[in-house]
Amino acid sequence: MTRFFAHAKYDFIGVRKYAYAVTAAIIIPGLVFLLVRGLNYSIEFTGGTLLQISAKQVMDAGALRTALDHQGIHGAEIQQFGAANEYVIRARVAKAGSDANDTQATATEVGRALDSVLGKGNYVIQRTEAVGPKVGGELRQKAFLAIFLSFFAVLAYLAYRFEWRFGLAAVVATAHDILATIAFIGVMRLEVSLVVVGAVLSMVGYSLNDTIIIFDRVRENLRKHKKETFADILNRSINETLPRSILTHGTSLATLTALAIFGGEVIRPFALVMFFGVFTGTFSSIYIASPVLMAIEQRWPGPDARGARAPAQKSGAPAPATSGRKAPSLG
Amino acid sequence: MFASIRNRLIIIGLLIAGCIFALVPRTITVRARGDDGVMHDKQEKRVPIKYGLDLQGGMHLALELDQSKQVSADPKRDIELALTVLRKRIDEFGVTEPLVQKVGDNRIVVELAGITDPARAKAIVQRNAFLEFKITDKTRALDKALPGMDRTLRALGVKGVDTGAAKRPSAVEQLLGTDTAKKGSDTTKKGADSAQKSADTAAVPGGVLESLIQSPAAVGGGQVPGEYLVPETAFPRVDSLLSLPEVRRYLPRGVTLRWAASPTSVGVQSYRYLYALEEKSIVTGSNLENAQAQLDPLTNGPIVTFELDRAGGRKFGEETGKHVGDYMAIILDGRVQGRPPVIQSRIGRNGQITLGGKGLQEAQDLALTLRAGALPIPLKIVEERQVGASLGADSIRKGITAGVVGTAMVILIMVVYYRLSGVLAVLALGLYVLFTFGGLAALDATLTLPGLAGLVLSIGIAVDANVLIFERIREELLLGKTIRLSVDEGFKHAMNAIVDSNVATVLTALFLFQFGTGPVKGFAVTLIMGIAASMITAVFVTRTFYLIWLDRRPAMSTLSI
Repeated sequence: MTRFFAHAKYDFIGVRKYAYAVTAAIIIPGLVFLLVRGLNYSIEFTGGTLLQISAKQVMDAGALRTALDHQGIHGAEIQQFGAANEYVIRARVAKAGSDANDTQATATEVGRALDSVLGKGNYVIQRTEAVGPKVGGELRQKAFLAIFLSFFAVLAYLAYRFEWRFGLAAVVATAHDILATIAFIGVMRLEVSLVVVGAVLSMVGYSLNDTIIIFDRVRENLRKHKKETFADILNRSINETLPRSILTHGTSLATLTALAIFGGEVIRPFALVMFFGVFTGTFSSIYIASPVLMAIEQRWPGPDARGARAPAQKSGAPAPATSGRKAPSLG
Repeated sequence: MFASIRNRLIIIGLLIAGCIFALVPRTITVRARGDDGVMHDKQEKRVPIKYGLDLQGGMHLALELDQSKQVSADPKRDIELALTVLRKRIDEFGVTEPLVQKVGDNRIVVELAGITDPARAKAIVQRNAFLEFKITDKTRALDKALPGMDRTLRALGVKGVDTGAAKRPSAVEQLLGTDTAKKGSDTTKKGADSAQKSADTAAVPGGVLESLIQSPAAVGGGQVPGEYLVPETAFPRVDSLLSLPEVRRYLPRGVTLRWAASPTSVGVQSYRYLYALEEKSIVTGSNLENAQAQLDPLTNGPIVTFELDRAGGRKFGEETGKHVGDYMAIILDGRVQGRPPVIQSRIGRNGQITLGGKGLQEAQDLALTLRAGALPIPLKIVEERQVGASLGADSIRKGITAGVVGTAMVILIMVVYYRLSGVLAVLALGLYVLFTFGGLAALDATLTLPGLAGLVLSIGIAVDANVLIFERIREELLLGKTIRLSVDEGFKHAMNAIVDSNVATVLTALFLFQFGTGPVKGFAVTLIMGIAASMITAVFVTRTFYLIWLDRRPAMSTLSI
């Protein structure tokens, strides 16, 4: 039988400091980037008008922009979308000075500008979205609320199924994932739409899933191997679940690649965010959730984690030799 | 009860049968408007999975009461009224499975699938359809009020309230400001040209309104009392000037101004009629009983004939009897329809509205909205999403391509890595897809574009449960246990991890469902359905496959895993 990493004995916990450096090197510049440039919210969240058109010929974006300026719509984004003759036009806010709620008027004016540049009948409007700023604000609020509340629900569930220290460690890892993903979205200039928020939440679910698989093994190994240090238990659990991780992440990445390549423009941001999420989720389960669990265990030792055991542990001391010495031999 | 293979197979068989039953194409009755413009019940055969608007094309509108012009005394009641009216209108509009729904306290969501003319649908939803009949003003109230209005405007212009006004008066405009009425149609054309300029840049200090509001006689028009002409290009400007409260004050009580619904050409120039009317309506659309679109046998133009109820008819008869020889304006949503006809004799319950220069469909839509009744308060669109049917079909095609490619890769990985056990997992994956679609159909859930993406992704994630089990079995085998024991232990130990991880994913999906809108909700539903199906297939179906396999080959020495 083919088996990747069948008897892996990597010292994951020992090298966690390097891992922290790696993740900090991604998150900190990413967040600085965000502070400087801000997130690129879709019109669903900011309010505004979006038109997706398919033109008969390739359009001069500059001419359309001039025509839009002439109609009083400034700073509209014109973007090629998929095929060469398909475009998306985004006007963030309703026309300056007009009633902010009146995104309809903006759509009409964009249509007029298109008529003047392309000529009536030379283009087809494929998709329209017009969102008032009020609705946009509500959606933004709802999205944050959804992410925030799902946090607590998961914490509560893990506290119930495992115990609170596992829940806390999982939530810290999830927070890391969200930060890293937001940094990724910012750096890639992905548009934050409802679909992307959906991808972030799925990524949270996926990452939690991964963390729980490892924690489940930790819980089991704590019972089985009472003499091992906590770091050894963590290493053993991560190594034992490694084949599963490789396989599942492999199949997930396979479908996400298919989605990113064949799924179309609307789905691509979703696939990209999830693609990144698979990596950060795997990373955080190993290098964030597990060390944090160890740190919490040291700070608040308790019998409920692994029955009766000596609470004092040397924090950074990895013991690959000891854990590698004996083969798993329990029946 | 799950112990014996037979019972397990029966349960799996029932599940498969249930899903296939849920997915069998069936005949559905849909109401749709036929070519003759009448509603028909149509039979249609299709797979009962509901596509979201983003996949089948269609329009999503969120509407709220627009209280900027008219304040609602009781918003709760008005939104309910509006909901009833919209239901009636949409019902007759003729789309398959329309949705008209109240969301929250103050919002109405309208979803129309597969419509081809979004502008028309929007007009039907937003049209107030408030019908009024008013007698035109015979007292020349506007003529008398104009000088005072202009004085006030000049005063305001000096104060700089209306920044656009009184900046750069040209010689022509000043000339026009002094004598308008005596110009022939030739100069009026010039006047209209300059009016166009003035609308763009600035107006005349000496009588903005007097220069722009002309009597029809000036351009050789007819003699309807209270009727005025404004060059179409100056119409928005005059409208905004006339709506200033300081200007409005000059109109005597009981007189109101209304614009014509559409511009009129006089010679080569386009004009808009302005009417001074008696404020009191002789009857309104609330007395309407029926309305039908027809072609006028004389002009062959579209008309809407209507019938008033008994009380309305009595009132209408009395009033028109009093006003024989006067002109009556028919006003729809604040705009006068056509030129007011003269009342030749007492009119009973029946009447007609002439729609100048518009199509029969427009007349049908008007009749439809009149029948359904007027909206209590105008509605404004706070959110609009509209996807063309071709884009939706394109999305489905792309989603299917991605799904097929993704699934092929997953199958390859599983079979190469796990051999025969991998084949079992792929069989289970096939059932997983069947269960997910069957579940979606049975629950009448809607498949959206993000949902489709979620489904494709879930194929990659669904094998996770199988992977967990297989890896566990391998570990048990490595410990030197027998095949049968390893399989049993593998399933037993993997169970905890599978349940915990899936519950956590369902929790996040539930929040997504609660807070998401339309397409994202569809994603959450697909995700939850997928997790349920993956649990059933991995834990129950694959287990059964193993039991059968081990039963048939009790002497098997190596497990293909």
